[in-house]
Amino acid sequence: MDEVTDLLAIELSHLNKVKPVLLGDTLTKLEVIHDLSLVIPKGEVLALIGPSGSGKSTLLRMINRMEEPTSGSILLYGSDIQHMNVRKLRRRVGMVSQTPALLPGTIEENISYGPKLRGEPCDAAHFLDLVGLEKSLLQRPASALSIGQQQRMSIARALANNPEVLLLDEPTSALDQTAARNIINLICHLSHRLALTVIMVTHVMEHAKAVATRIALLVHGSLIEEGEAVEFFSDPTTEAGRKFLRGELFESGD
Amino acid sequence: METSSYIHISNLDLVIALVFVAITILLSYWQRLGLERDIAIGTVRTFLQLLTVGFVLQQLFTATHWVWVILALAIMTTVASHNAVKRQAGSKQGLFMIMTVAIAAAGAITLLLVIGVILRVRPWYQPQYIIPIAGMIIGNAMNGAALVVNRLHSELILRRNEVEAMLALGATAKQAAGEALRESLRTAMMPTINSMMTVGLVQLPGMMTGQIISGANPLDAVRYQIVVMLMIAAATGVTAIISAFGALGVFFTPNHQLSLRLELGKHWDEYIAKSKNL
Ligand SMILES: Nc1ncnc2c1ncn2[C@@H]1O[C@H](COP(=O)(O)OP(=O)(O)O)[C@@H](O)[C@H]1O
Ligand SMILES: [Mg+2]
Repeated sequence: MDEVTDLLAIELSHLNKVKPVLLGDTLTKLEVIHDLSLVIPKGEVLALIGPSGSGKSTLLRMINRMEEPTSGSILLYGSDIQHMNVRKLRRRVGMVSQTPALLPGTIEENISYGPKLRGEPCDAAHFLDLVGLEKSLLQRPASALSIGQQQRMSIARALANNPEVLLLDEPTSALDQTAARNIINLICHLSHRLALTVIMVTHVMEHAKAVATRIALLVHGSLIEEGEAVEFFSDPTTEAGRKFLRGELFESGD
Repeated sequence: METSSYIHISNLDLVIALVFVAITILLSYWQRLGLERDIAIGTVRTFLQLLTVGFVLQQLFTATHWVWVILALAIMTTVASHNAVKRQAGSKQGLFMIMTVAIAAAGAITLLLVIGVILRVRPWYQPQYIIPIAGMIIGNAMNGAALVVNRLHSELILRRNEVEAMLALGATAKQAAGEALRESLRTAMMPTINSMMTVGLVQLPGMMTGQIISGANPLDAVRYQIVVMLMIAAATGVTAIISAFGALGVFFTPNHQLSLRLELGKHWDEYIAKSKNL
């Protein structure tokens, strides 16, 4: 039993999320996630795919408790995150958002932000190196970086907390093709080198193919297909899966 | 007594003062500002509110008893926090309590020092001193509270990305709001600091003018004004800090998440009402 939970980084069971949203000027309830169950074994890279508005970001944000599920449970290595200290959970489950968020100050201050909160030292140069940025940049303001470099810095900042799980929400969508490709290679490299468990939201088929060991396909808040990336790419079982491979599914929404 | 040394304003004089209103209304009409109605209402309210206050104060002054003074201070505080809440964007839920505590605390601290230690008014509840001084403190505290919460609200919406990035790295709500908090406190303090910079250069403060007109030695009036300026700065600062920290408690959830309240705005109340009915 213990061996099993050691191998499962994340277990989502019967997750539901109903969110109040504003449509124009009226308040309505939206079922964003519907009865979603999914396990992510340790060290795997899961590509979370699905059309715009299918609930991918909401799902990620529930895993580090930026939002709470309406019902269902999320386990991190067998422990219910609902019963954990939120801030300890967020240290263990890092997150990088779609548009890189710059904290005030230098690049070094950005990278060491997490460890500094706990009064721990941080070898910012090491993490900068890890994401392929020049160490000479440490004392520059974060705003001096290009968007692609800012996203690298965001990843370094998340890694400086030594997380066990890394959540990436469309980490390449703000980048041009070359920069996006480089970030994907970086994520590939890091997941191997650090034995990280990664959940990455993406709508680019090539990116999913390049990094993912597993695939989860979300449509309208429901998980409709999930499994080994190799199997998915050779023989998707759902029509939505086939559409994604043909690159059709996400054209309209994005 | 000083009362005999200054010129009184008769009812006829007040009527003559309406010429000023006529001038303003004509101006508005001439330039098509559309403010005629507002000016008229403003004039009526000025008369009504001030005459009422004058009447109440007169009663208060003749029946010197601490209960009446405390009651007056309580009403002033309530009206002030009601006003500060009214000036907020989005939902107002929970804000009245925060503002009231903030204004009352700042009022108590500064009044204690001014009435109890500096002026040494004995008995402390002499309305002639405590009421106008409390009026100035509470009025400025009200502006401080209104400004700080308003700014904090918009800063958090504006800096949402940055704040959430910090939360995601393990920051507490207070740490993540740090920059927004400082910016809001600066905003709340600025009017007070500015008035400290220019006081006496451009215009004489109302209280000082009043004292001088009623026959006080200008140097005496100035001493009062100095104490008042410093006391207002402290009251504004204390109110701003307390209301800002209180507001953090409603703009964030206990789990260090930004509250949905920032997204839902005015609809937050509707959402709360609906979720309670479930
Ligand atoms: N602030 C919001 N206002 C209105 N609708 C929202 C808001 N946040 C999320 N939604 C809705 O919730 C659903 C899921 O959103 P999200 O998790 O961001 O999806 P995805 O990341 O897959 O695009 C979408 O239908 C979206 O329209
Ligand atoms: Mg999204």
